[in-house]
Amino acid sequence: MNSYFGRRYVIAGIFMVFVLVLLARLFYIQVVDDRYFLYAQNNVVRRLIQYPARGPILDRNGKVMVENERVYDITVVPKQVKPFDTIEFCKLLDIDKDGFDKRMIKARKYSPYRSSVFEKQISAQQYASFQERLSEFPGFDAVQRPVRTYPDSSAAQFLGYIGEATDAIIKRSNGYYNPGDYVGITGVEKSYEDVLRGQRGVRNMLYDSHNVPKGVYAGGAYDTAAVAGDRLVSSLDTKIQKLGEKLMHNKIGSIVAIEPSTGEILCFVSTPTYDPNLLVGKDRGHNAGILYKDPFKPFFVRPIQAYYPPGSSFKPLSALVAMQEGVITPQTVYHCPGYYTTGNRRVRCFQGEVHGDVNLASAVAHSCNGYFDMVFERLVNRMGGGRKTDTAFNYWRNNVAKFGLGGKLHIDLPAENRGNLPKASLYDKMYGKKGWRSSTVISLAIGQGELLATPLQLANIEATIANRGYYYKPHLIKSIGDKQVIRKEYTERNYVGVDSQYFNPVINGMQNVVDYGTAHGSKIPGIIMCGKTGTVEVKNKKDNSVFVAFAPRDNPKIAIAVVVENSGQGATWAAPIASFIVEQYLKGSISKRPSNIYPEYYMNANLMPEVPGSAEEKARKRADSLRRVKLDSIKKAAADTAKKEIELKAAKNKQQKKIAERVIAMLPKRRDDE
Amino acid sequence: MNNNQRSFFFNVDWLTVLIYLALCTIGWFNIHAAVYDETNTNILDLSTEYGKQFIYIASALVIGIVILLLESRFLTALAPAFYVVTVLLLLLVLVIGRNVGGNQAWIDLGGGFRLQPSEFAKFSTCLLLARYLSSTNVKITEFKSFLIAGGIILLPMLLIKMQPDDGSTLVFCSLIFVLYREGLSVYFLIFIGLVATLFVLSLLYSVWFVIAGLVALAVLLLLLFRRNRQFSVAMLIGLVACIGFVFVVKPLYYNGLKKHQRARIDEVLGLNNDKRGVGYNQNQSKIAIGSGRVWGKGYLQGTQTKYSFVPAQSTDFIFCTVGEEWGFAGSVTVLGLYLFLLLRIIVIAERQRSPFSRIYGYGVASIIFCHVTINIAMAIGYMPVIGIPLPFISYGGSSLWSFTTLLFILLKLDSNRMGINYA
Repeated sequence: MNSYFGRRYVIAGIFMVFVLVLLARLFYIQVVDDRYFLYAQNNVVRRLIQYPARGPILDRNGKVMVENERVYDITVVPKQVKPFDTIEFCKLLDIDKDGFDKRMIKARKYSPYRSSVFEKQISAQQYASFQERLSEFPGFDAVQRPVRTYPDSSAAQFLGYIGEATDAIIKRSNGYYNPGDYVGITGVEKSYEDVLRGQRGVRNMLYDSHNVPKGVYAGGAYDTAAVAGDRLVSSLDTKIQKLGEKLMHNKIGSIVAIEPSTGEILCFVSTPTYDPNLLVGKDRGHNAGILYKDPFKPFFVRPIQAYYPPGSSFKPLSALVAMQEGVITPQTVYHCPGYYTTGNRRVRCFQGEVHGDVNLASAVAHSCNGYFDMVFERLVNRMGGGRKTDTAFNYWRNNVAKFGLGGKLHIDLPAENRGNLPKASLYDKMYGKKGWRSSTVISLAIGQGELLATPLQLANIEATIANRGYYYKPHLIKSIGDKQVIRKEYTERNYVGVDSQYFNPVINGMQNVVDYGTAHGSKIPGIIMCGKTGTVEVKNKKDNSVFVAFAPRDNPKIAIAVVVENSGQGATWAAPIASFIVEQYLKGSISKRPSNIYPEYYMNANLMPEVPGSAEEKARKRADSLRRVKLDSIKKAAADTAKKEIELKAAKNKQQKKIAERVIAMLPKRRDDE
Repeated sequence: MNNNQRSFFFNVDWLTVLIYLALCTIGWFNIHAAVYDETNTNILDLSTEYGKQFIYIASALVIGIVILLLESRFLTALAPAFYVVTVLLLLLVLVIGRNVGGNQAWIDLGGGFRLQPSEFAKFSTCLLLARYLSSTNVKITEFKSFLIAGGIILLPMLLIKMQPDDGSTLVFCSLIFVLYREGLSVYFLIFIGLVATLFVLSLLYSVWFVIAGLVALAVLLLLLFRRNRQFSVAMLIGLVACIGFVFVVKPLYYNGLKKHQRARIDEVLGLNNDKRGVGYNQNQSKIAIGSGRVWGKGYLQGTQTKYSFVPAQSTDFIFCTVGEEWGFAGSVTVLGLYLFLLLRIIVIAERQRSPFSRIYGYGVASIIFCHVTINIAMAIGYMPVIGIPLPFISYGGSSLWSFTTLLFILLKLDSNRMGINYA
């Protein structure tokens, strides 16, 4: 014992203080502070989003219009890359050395340890040959991903396309979409995005510090499975859709056909069009660039975005409104001297034809302008004209608007146009208040002037006449998902305020149009079609050819509107085209016509306007060649699929053979060992 | 003889042996967890660290038993010889040593065996220090004795510093406790505490703030002890020295230390925040320990350790595995065992009749204490990263054998406490 005996307490005390300080700190980081637990989770657990398959779209008969095809993204983890045969690698992926270096630098910039996409969307064939040699390229891998494919290459504007979500879309989605996600940009892909995209799943995977996957986190307790997108059944009939696209080839215009009893759109053609397969895969950007430069705007959805004066095709509607308002009866007779005089204007009948005494039916059949000018003046002046003109005009306007003119029909596609149905206030602005009379706006009587309608609106009017007084909202998607859900709004009738008794006289006239009137050349043997031609003047250009119709007369199955821009008379182009569609739809084939017209003539006719300027000319030619691809692509797609299958099979066989060889190679060795 | 044998086994402090065995077992399980591989579940696979550690523990027990069977006289008598051999080995390692992880600390013995002389230095220094301080006529309060005692400690320290193994060098500083117990003025402890505090404060805050604080403290103390003239004078001298020190801290820090050392200190003090670079290890270690929460993630369930986010998991950062898989409960258990062991060693040391044994006991306690605090403080970010093992728990034969030797020599001396007083 020595005198420093007490110091042991000091030393023991110091030991205890240090240990307590450490324990206090441990208490804080282990018990009080929860952050470290989360940090540890974030270290190892990675949320991998499982992308569901996008819903396919079928036509009304169950034929696939768009489905998913497998392509492969080649990914790379730069740190895991070891020297390999770059030349062979580039050859397999069809890229050059510069491209290889560029992609490598980009990947390294993203992260040396994490996997990033090296080359996007290589085809199944290319993948087959690449996959065989994948083991020679450490650090590279292939990830399967679905892309859209269009077996028929048709209905491009209806289907629309998908693309990577833009910043704006990501922002609007409140965090639902991430950069690199695919969303519908146009067409049905956009308007039905919610149902097509399905539900994303999440897999929580464990990764070690070298980014090597180590299995599923918590036995998958927090994982959710991806739910595939709903299948959409479209109302389109691929057969007449394809026929329509062929007939409209090398023409600018639209075909819209509606089933009157449901409002389902059977045919939705917008030309010039393009092969939707062009906007898929590696060449997407290149192809899209060409299409955007096309002066005839293949992305323009003409059936709902283009609007034209309806011309004479407006006359049946005019007659219906007039009868409902009681200003004429079917027996009202007008004497046509070949023109109509109002105020100081004289409106000529088409080509100055003198119709003599015409009643409602014959006026429709022969498209007598004078008769309908008279009808229009009676309507607008029935309150005595003069100061009451605008009131009466608005009354007329509201009656017309009930047919869906001048407003959106709210079809299930984005960016629908409303056309134009002028109000009295428009003319007040143009001519001053009370500065206009019925004679000032007389062009409206025959569907010209300020009146503008989309092809969809025209077809919808025919569906209304076919139904004798009501229409269903026209729509392109018949039912959604396995349960075949039909939106309620599509099952409701919209009445247009004209009593059904007034329809027969008008329909008589429309039948006459086809039987012996302006469109007699398009008469279909064995089918009573009721129609109306329209020849719409276009300033400094050829007339727009318009034809509207429905058939058969009793219990109509199809209502149709065809517009061929800058082509000529309604009877020359639009009527025959419409008649082929109607016949194909109703009879399943096209018979020989007494008028000797046949579809191939219309398919081969090129009515594309010349584009001035050499640069634009070039662009047009390129665009045209793309359109031609479209027609051949059906055959090509089928051939491609067959080829792909054979190649994949061959690759599989080869692999099996290799394994067999390896097994055989091992056998004798084993015997030696024994 | 019979009687002798019996008393010998009765006299071994079995409580300490029990704690020792507990720590070794905890160590083995945590090493198993740290290097666990689902594809290899053979727990005695000698190619794995836990397989090897099993052998190390077994051989450590043999070493312990051999030491208990030795004559105590042998240990005291040969203390200077051990010391000389150790110093020679430390010199040798600087010449022919193998460089592992930047430290030239190993001598290859061939056949896969390696020797780490700095580990031997711990107990041989303790032994010689005990031998010297227990000799008659040596009083640590005397300047000459102090110099010689200091020299005994400083010589191996300097040689180890040249390897350069900062961690082991630092461990020798802890022997100040031994000197303190034997009569070294308390001012030495205060002085060390003061230097450390001023060092940290001067790096963290502006020089002028620190000086203002010092002056305020001095004024307060002067007012309290104004009667004591001598104290006041010492105070003022101390103040001037402190202010002088504060001024040289930064230049010293930025010029005297190596870049990597400075970076590690910066990281702890929060002067730098580089969680991907220099701070990566320590940050991941903190995450591992912190994520264990109260009861831990369970044996073999630690994601931080299993998926190799923490480096040197089985050696210097073994406490991460304890903290992550056993939680705060595990931390308390391990630290509790260490504290218990340390206090037990103090009890053992104090019950010795011979000053040699007592001094040696304090040496053992000081070294173990230093290892434990530095290792755990480093793992939770209270100390810069310094590579020293956690006694009995960390993976590694050299360190386990060295700590076993250190401890069992004490147990041997203790078992003989009833016998002759050797010194």
